[in-house]
Amino acid sequence: MNGIGTAAVAAQVTLVVVGAPLLTGVMRKVRARLEGRAGAAVTQPWRDLRKLLRKEAITPLGTGPAFRAAPPLLVATTAVVAALVPLVSTTTPVSRRADLILVVALLGLGTVAVALAGLDTGTAFGGMGASRQMTVAALVEPTILLAVFALSMPTGSTNLSAIVTGGLHDPVRLASPAGLLATAALAVAVLAETGRLPVDNPATHLELTMVHEATALEFAGPDLALVELGTQMRLTVLLGLLASLSAPWGIATTTTPLALALALAVLTAKVALLGAALAAAEVFWAKLRLFRVPELLAGSFLLAVLAVTASYFLTGE
Amino acid sequence: MNDSVFTQLLDLACGAFLLAAVAVLWLRQLTSIVRAFAFQGVALAAVAALLGLREGRGELLAVAAGVGLLRAGALPHLMRRVLAASRPGDGGGRYEEDVSEARETRPLVNVAASLLSAALLTFLAYAVARPLVALDPTPATRALPVALAVVLIGFFTLVTRRRALAQVVGFLLLDNGITATAFLAASGVPLIVELGVSFDVLLAVLVLQILTTRMRAAFGGTGIDDLRELRDR
Repeated sequence: MNGIGTAAVAAQVTLVVVGAPLLTGVMRKVRARLEGRAGAAVTQPWRDLRKLLRKEAITPLGTGPAFRAAPPLLVATTAVVAALVPLVSTTTPVSRRADLILVVALLGLGTVAVALAGLDTGTAFGGMGASRQMTVAALVEPTILLAVFALSMPTGSTNLSAIVTGGLHDPVRLASPAGLLATAALAVAVLAETGRLPVDNPATHLELTMVHEATALEFAGPDLALVELGTQMRLTVLLGLLASLSAPWGIATTTTPLALALALAVLTAKVALLGAALAAAEVFWAKLRLFRVPELLAGSFLLAVLAVTASYFLTGE
Repeated sequence: MNDSVFTQLLDLACGAFLLAAVAVLWLRQLTSIVRAFAFQGVALAAVAALLGLREGRGELLAVAAGVGLLRAGALPHLMRRVLAASRPGDGGGRYEEDVSEARETRPLVNVAASLLSAALLTFLAYAVARPLVALDPTPATRALPVALAVVLIGFFTLVTRRRALAQVVGFLLLDNGITATAFLAASGVPLIVELGVSFDVLLAVLVLQILTTRMRAAFGGTGIDDLRELRDR
């Protein structure tokens, strides 16, 4: 049993690391096609990463350990999250420790590391980007925690595996008002946390609009490769988490190799579908003005609050 | 219809009902606000229809159909007509004024703060309704706080919005909330009372529509703040 469980964790992490750049490639391709362009190949992000990794590592003058530690920290925290979250199987050696609050804290650690690196460069853009990123993160945090609270209430535990297993056994729970509202709130929070439209535009290098890009501006070579890989992995993991929480079908609850292989295929399909839908939606969205972002996040916070109240009062104690 | 399916559907309808009220606070375009209100009418009709099916009362089903027609059909239609009248249309010329007319540009309380207030109002509604729910905890009475929350959010919209049409929507939210309270707490009021209330609401909206048109003719806009002459001293 332990062997298969370890294999599941390894498969999860490998799939996220290998698949994250491909997911970005697919999303760019979908977007390009919808805009009437041919678009780069799906493997282009991997080629970019390879090119960057071959370059010489350069750090700006005057930067300290915060700048150097940020890229590995971002990738490492995301990899740990990828191992913890029940993307493929709910019975893994680490599933007992897959606490949702821990996952949120790990993601927050990655965000803070990148924001500190942006501050460390001492440039105007880095500081501005860091300040914006922390503003968004501070507004997203309560939303995620409340949505988690609403999702964990019927299960009575914040353990992710328990929540996903509960959803598998009792699909009605997913379609209840509390479940739907919490999923909607989480979806907005994921958009804000990964820096996608309408909160941030990942394709822009215009100083007035960028949030995440501004903090990553001074990275070069292998460091930049790590930051990009970390960002792509975050998107993949969070989309996978959203898929696991809102549509847990296909996730292996037993420890047979067949169920594991099936779960891997289903996970790939679900995340690719979500990513393609997000890319298609982004074609029709405009970026929100930065001062409107708190409105959007307040709305998602309200959805999370309603989810909590609904799960507490409507369905009865 | 068995118990769990009924509870599930009723909860969903009540959730949609509350969500539409929140959407009215969230949105700025008046056309979208009217659409959210129409959606709320559908949810309210669904609540009534579910209760009617559950208790096997044909009369309640008729009321549900009437509520749906009035609140998801007639009232939104009237409000859209007011909006259409304020569009630039063929006139041209008045473009700048009309742009501000189609949206709630500067509510007294900004959108983020009003959404947070809505969260507080919801908690207040739940706190207030607890003793009521404790009297007879059926699925319908358990959803009672939702109706009270919509009443409070309607009041809030009425107080904080500047455009006349947004205030009309606030008034109708309040009325929707009261109707929902009646449905959930007592499975609806007698048919004749329901009819009277519905016609009252229709009449109020008609009067407000005429008032809005007159206001626009007199001032060129429906910003309530311009009405200094009418103030009570």
